[in-house]
Amino acid sequence: MVIPAQTLRHSFLRHNKKFPHVWCPGCGNGIVMAALLRAIYRLDVSKDDIVLASGIGCSGRMPTYLDFNTLHTTHGRALTFATGVKLARPSLNVVAIMGDGDATAIGGNHFIHAARRNLNLTAIIINNSIYGMTGGQYSPTTPFGARSTTSVYGHIEHDFSIAELAVTAGASFVARATVYHAELMDRLIEQAMRKRGFAVVEVISNCHVQYGRRNKLGGAVEMIRRFKEQAVTVSRAKRMSAEELEGKITIGVLKDRELPISTEEYKKVRQRARASRGGKV
Amino acid sequence: MTTTSEKKKKTTDSGGKKRHYDVSFYHDWCKACGICMAFCPQEIILADKNGKPEITDPDRCVGCRFCELHCPDFAITVSERTPGRRKNDA
Repeated sequence: MVIPAQTLRHSFLRHNKKFPHVWCPGCGNGIVMAALLRAIYRLDVSKDDIVLASGIGCSGRMPTYLDFNTLHTTHGRALTFATGVKLARPSLNVVAIMGDGDATAIGGNHFIHAARRNLNLTAIIINNSIYGMTGGQYSPTTPFGARSTTSVYGHIEHDFSIAELAVTAGASFVARATVYHAELMDRLIEQAMRKRGFAVVEVISNCHVQYGRRNKLGGAVEMIRRFKEQAVTVSRAKRMSAEELEGKITIGVLKDRELPISTEEYKKVRQRARASRGGKV
Repeated sequence: MTTTSEKKKKTTDSGGKKRHYDVSFYHDWCKACGICMAFCPQEIILADKNGKPEITDPDRCVGCRFCELHCPDFAITVSERTPGRRKNDA
């Protein structure tokens, strides 16, 4: 189904906000925003039934442009606010939009425990390997040896994979895409929003201003072209050895499983508690 | 979801005639990042004197919508060209 950008502009963007948005020219955040809107358009739910929560950082600006119920919260706490909304109103579609530093450094604890708890939430994590907005400090996903303002002579720590962390922590649905694969990304976001349980979509994005420039990776176009070369699908990655997968990005659905959902289990606890008191409320 | 081969078929199967597309750029929102120009498979999106995209030969567009999907600023709309109502529209 073809969804024209014109439709997205007219139905989902806040008209009283100043456009073009604040992100740098060629920033992947805009591509993720468009993919999210296409996914929501296909879900065909009322704008009032969608809640977007974001933390601090470039990605935190996204909900401010979008005409849904939105929360722009403190650093790393997008998931905690989303948890609160979901517990109070389980019928709403809640999406938390975070950056890599926001989700895994400052909000790392919230992230693993939200995955473990398995609430029916969707988390979109835009991974650009650096803290872009605050001036290019290294984040938990900055690769070994990469340069940033706080690792001028090369990073001495190792990065970790957000998607694999989410699988281990117990998320129901984990997927990964890059900004080059925009159509795949909106299908994955749609699948994640339909999924009952904690769903994580990691999007590998480009920060050519803070990360690309310091590591001589070129501008937006060169970085996005590199994603195209690095990406391998899940089915192809299964046939490849660990050495071949070095420096590659596995895209697609990494994990899809059925697990008990926190809000529904809690409903059962309430019923059990009522039954044990002789059916009185 | 249409694959590339399906798309190729689509462009010609309406009675053997090639489908035409119009690409409109909303220059007020464009930041001239160059993604559309770099990735256009037909290489028909060129920079104007301000570095913003323009198409001089829209008949060569195959309607893949890569530019529309990857524009971070919602500044590109690709639409299929519909025949004019009157004969003298063309």
